[in-house]
Amino acid sequence: MLKVHGLIKKYGDTEVVRGIDLHVRRGECFGLLGPNGAGKTTTLRLLLGLIEPDAGTIELAGIAVPQHAREARMKVGVVPQMDNLDPDFSVRENLLAYGRYFGMDKAAVAARVPALLEFAGLASKADAQIAQLSGGMKRRLTLARALVHDPDILFLDEPTTGLDPQARHLIWQGLRRLINAGKTIVLTTHFMDEAERLVDRLAILDHGRVMTEGAPRALIESHIEPAVVEVYGEGLEDWTRLHASQVCQRFESVGETLFCYTDDADRVIDALKQAPALRYVHRPSSLEDVFLKLTGRDLRD
Amino acid sequence: MIRHLRLPQLSWRFIPVWQRNYLVWKKLAIPSILGNLADPMLYMLGLGYGLGSLLPDVGGMPYLTFLAAGTVAYSTMNAATFEVLYSSFSRMHVQRTWDAILNAPMTLDDVMLGELTWAVAKSLLSGVAILAVIWGLGLYGNFWMTLWIIPVVALVGFCFGGLGLVMNAVSPSYDFFLYYFTLVITPMVLLCGVFFPVSQLPLPVQAVSAWLPLTHAIDLARPLVVGSVPDNIALHVAGLLIYGSAGYVIALALTRKRLLK
Repeated sequence: MLKVHGLIKKYGDTEVVRGIDLHVRRGECFGLLGPNGAGKTTTLRLLLGLIEPDAGTIELAGIAVPQHAREARMKVGVVPQMDNLDPDFSVRENLLAYGRYFGMDKAAVAARVPALLEFAGLASKADAQIAQLSGGMKRRLTLARALVHDPDILFLDEPTTGLDPQARHLIWQGLRRLINAGKTIVLTTHFMDEAERLVDRLAILDHGRVMTEGAPRALIESHIEPAVVEVYGEGLEDWTRLHASQVCQRFESVGETLFCYTDDADRVIDALKQAPALRYVHRPSSLEDVFLKLTGRDLRD
Repeated sequence: MIRHLRLPQLSWRFIPVWQRNYLVWKKLAIPSILGNLADPMLYMLGLGYGLGSLLPDVGGMPYLTFLAAGTVAYSTMNAATFEVLYSSFSRMHVQRTWDAILNAPMTLDDVMLGELTWAVAKSLLSGVAILAVIWGLGLYGNFWMTLWIIPVVALVGFCFGGLGLVMNAVSPSYDFFLYYFTLVITPMVLLCGVFFPVSQLPLPVQAVSAWLPLTHAIDLARPLVVGSVPDNIALHVAGLLIYGSAGYVIALALTRKRLLK
């Protein structure tokens, strides 16, 4: 459904995308993860043919991009990072107007509107103005708008950023319905739980490169020990010096916290009993640990 | 920059963009019409009667007629300019409507052609309203000749729509447009014969005036109001077309650089 090979994009002398290869199969939900500035949004814009790559090839729904970007975009629905619903139109009018940009006639769009509103949970809001909608409703309407021309593939750029938990779950339910209906989905996110819940496979991007790629569970298994004990509190330094290298396979001191990665958490917890002032959290390792291992803990702005 | 310089690819796909603007305008049509038209009409009638009663014939016609012909061009220019400056800027920069459209199978060429043709439509509305006042007050020489003012008005809208889109492309905020009004639009109103004949200006200034697009517009509109055939029609039409087309092409290149990066 999507084949990307050797993709490069430069701005001046800086390479923002530095040789990306991706392969997304039909019906798959694929995640692009990466810290801010990793090149996720630039990659999405390249895939849509909005900007031209300096090197590399893109085939989207069997169509070469950017050479035939317009034809390719007929088959793609886009949910952008920032809401850009038309504030001068009502909910229903937003869908009608957007369908026209795909060359659909009014009757064809109008016939799809009730199902789209139902999908977005906005059937009772058809005539509401955009300013009256909550953040979650706007997101759902943007998702419905991306489906107006019944695309084969959906691009979502951070679909749940800025939403409260209830609204996020509603979006996830909507996306699952689309996956079950056989749509191909490519989404960017920096929420690890979102990726673990939704995607079949994902690529972690940093500095314009794919650091690793695979199914969430497989990535966790191949990059990280199965358990993590996070230790903090009074006397951490002494404990770290005396015990960490013996009981942890790998450990990391970050500020006031010690991250101890291990396949034998009981041994770590036993060792912690000797220092009752220390507090700890024991949890299975997650995608976030993989992400932080590969992209580092430095802040990105 | 080089890759942004491709010539525009014109297509009928601009129509949904035009239609979008039309449908939004329709919701607020009455206040919008009043807002756009009341101002030039008040000036025209106030100055035309008030100042006109003190004056002998100006340019061989009553001052009210002289001013009405200037106002057709002037209010058309303003309608197109306001549309592509403030309204287009809202859609491009503030509401991100253009971004949403560009995710559909549309190009910036289509979007900006839609904006330009919409500015032409707004100009037509504004110019024809002034023309209606000219008809109503019987300020014309030959009714049939005044019908030619309608295509002239469309052309003037095209010209200033294209020029204004360049400002839209480079503007960081609404405040920036004030420069365009103070440094371009207002001087042009004073130099191109809206309120008084260009022949009253010093010769070097007249030479500058001859190159300005509003002069071309007025040189076409004023003879048509009084019922004579304008001189140098081809020159004036070409002047307006060249200003407008060059504006559209340059604006497109600059906006591609701004948005598609």
